Amino acid sequence: MTEPILTVAGVSKTYDSGTVALQPTDLAINRGEIFALLGPNGAGKTTLINIICGIVTPSSGTITVDGHDAIREMRQARRRIGLVPQELHVDMFETVLATVTFSRRLFGRSGHSDYIEQVLRDLSLWDKRKAKIMELSGGMKRRVLIAKALAHEPEILFLDEPTAGVDVALRRDMWKLVHKLRAGGTTIILTTHYIEEAEEMADRVGVINQGKLLLVDDKDALMQKLGKREMDITLSEPMADIPAALSEWDVSLAEDGRRLRYVFDATAERTGIPSLLRKLADLGIGFKDLETSKSSLEDIFVDLVADKVAA
Amino acid sequence: MNTHGIWAIYRFEMARALRTLWQSLVTPVLTTSLYFIVFGGAIGSRMQNVGGVDYGSFIVPGLIMLSLLTQSISNAAIGIYFPKFTGTIYELLSAPISAMEMVLGYVGAATTKSVLLGLIILATAAFFVPLRIEHPGAMIAFLLLTAIAFSLFGFIIGVWAGNFEQLNFVPALLITPLTFLGGAFYSIDMLPQPWRTVSLFNPVVYLVSGFRWSFFGKGDVAIGVSLGVTAGFLALCLVIIAWIFKTGWRLKN
Ligand SMILES: Nc1ncnc2c1ncn2[C@@H]1O[C@H](COP(=O)(O)OP(=O)(O)O)[C@@H](O)[C@H]1O
Ligand SMILES: [Mg+2]
Repeated sequence: MTEPILTVAGVSKTYDSGTVALQPTDLAINRGEIFALLGPNGAGKTTLINIICGIVTPSSGTITVDGHDAIREMRQARRRIGLVPQELHVDMFETVLATVTFSRRLFGRSGHSDYIEQVLRDLSLWDKRKAKIMELSGGMKRRVLIAKALAHEPEILFLDEPTAGVDVALRRDMWKLVHKLRAGGTTIILTTHYIEEAEEMADRVGVINQGKLLLVDDKDALMQKLGKREMDITLSEPMADIPAALSEWDVSLAEDGRRLRYVFDATAERTGIPSLLRKLADLGIGFKDLETSKSSLEDIFVDLVADKVAA
Repeated sequence: MNTHGIWAIYRFEMARALRTLWQSLVTPVLTTSLYFIVFGGAIGSRMQNVGGVDYGSFIVPGLIMLSLLTQSISNAAIGIYFPKFTGTIYELLSAPISAMEMVLGYVGAATTKSVLLGLIILATAAFFVPLRIEHPGAMIAFLLLTAIAFSLFGFIIGVWAGNFEQLNFVPALLITPLTFLGGAFYSIDMLPQPWRTVSLFNPVVYLVSGFRWSFFGKGDVAIGVSLGVTAGFLALCLVIIAWIFKTGWRLKN
């Protein structure tokens, strides 16, 4: 394993209002990956991102960017980071080119560069470079924000809810750009409250709810987990051990042997439920009740979040 | 040192003034002319000399000070307030730029603008009254020092302000009265007691007096005292700004 490009250690945030937006959080981001922070509104995604980028002061914890402490070596750390904020914060009276050049300089680079032209072209902004930002549509303003975030050639790009309220064309351009950036070695961290978006884009996913990072996993593993379902079989008679004849199925005992829990892949062609039930009948194991978890991906996600919070 | 970053902020702020160049130029020229027509022409002709200086000339340093103080504050205050207001401050806060570099950009631009304004007013005044500047070096130094100090002060106001009313409150309701009462248009020697003593608690008296000294070689208080008060105010503002950035007060949450 190579060193993570970004390490978050024990970072928490309680706002002055008393809101605990983020509980102590540890997170390591691998160089070059696309990481999705998935969670409902108010989960603390923006808070976490803003802390990493230096906009919000954390209540505790440290952040290391490519080996540089975000506070003690602020310059080295921040030069490597670009942020596209959730809200459309733009300078209305500036032109597109001026505001993007401003960003590049602000992050310590000379304003003269072919790179800016490249970024503006990639975002279909080059023709609009002399337009005042207030003349642009919402989608175009978001493109400008992306161009500003990329202007200083950051190694890590944060996209906070990049597709919220964004039209299809921009979404497509944005994903194209994200893949191009990743191919060039840029690490990308995005937040979203859509499972599909995390699924479509990310290499790894972190699930966050109510200020708590519940789990971090490879996208594929997580999707498999999310696709897994449980069936709880309430037995007539408590069982001490699982009979060897049931070893074919992924079953376990719960509640002192009163319940048999079967985990199955809902997306598979054969769930194994009918054969399991037949086997139970053959073995003379009686049961009083059957219960399976809910069916939609969304519901499973909600369950997952609820379970972890309750635990 | 992030010189590109300082330069970016400085240029941004200067560009903001250039967009309203007409307004930035015409307003001071027009108001200064009005002051000379009213004070210098209509009233001044009936006034005796003040300490051997023709009244029209006498008010020039005070007039420049009045604009210098209010404009330094407004320029720097709006400079930092506006990003807070529009939300674009996220970029400043996430940039690899130190607090003092940021201040250098904003306060540097505000200082440049108000010094230029002071010089425009001076040039306009020269059309109306005979001017002599006994200590031109000191005059420029005072102009600069005051512009820097009050731009720093304006920066603090801009960080503090929660809305546009608060932003205008200090220059309009504090600095303008203090300047009028601070001997901009009279020598505090002309005041009866106890107002003469009360005036000495007004910090603007020391600024106007020092600036006037650089023109005519005499002021209401000793030049050293004027210089001390101005430098002291500048230092105080620097300390407050250092504290603001250390705590993130009103900038971060
Ligand atoms: N500046 C703030 N002051 C007080 N509370 C805040 C502030 N910003 C966010 N919060 C609260 O912190 C929690 C997390 O918010 P946020 O990080 O924006 O979530 P997300 O981006 O996941 O939607 C929410 O309860 C929100 O109301
Ligand atoms: Mg958010």
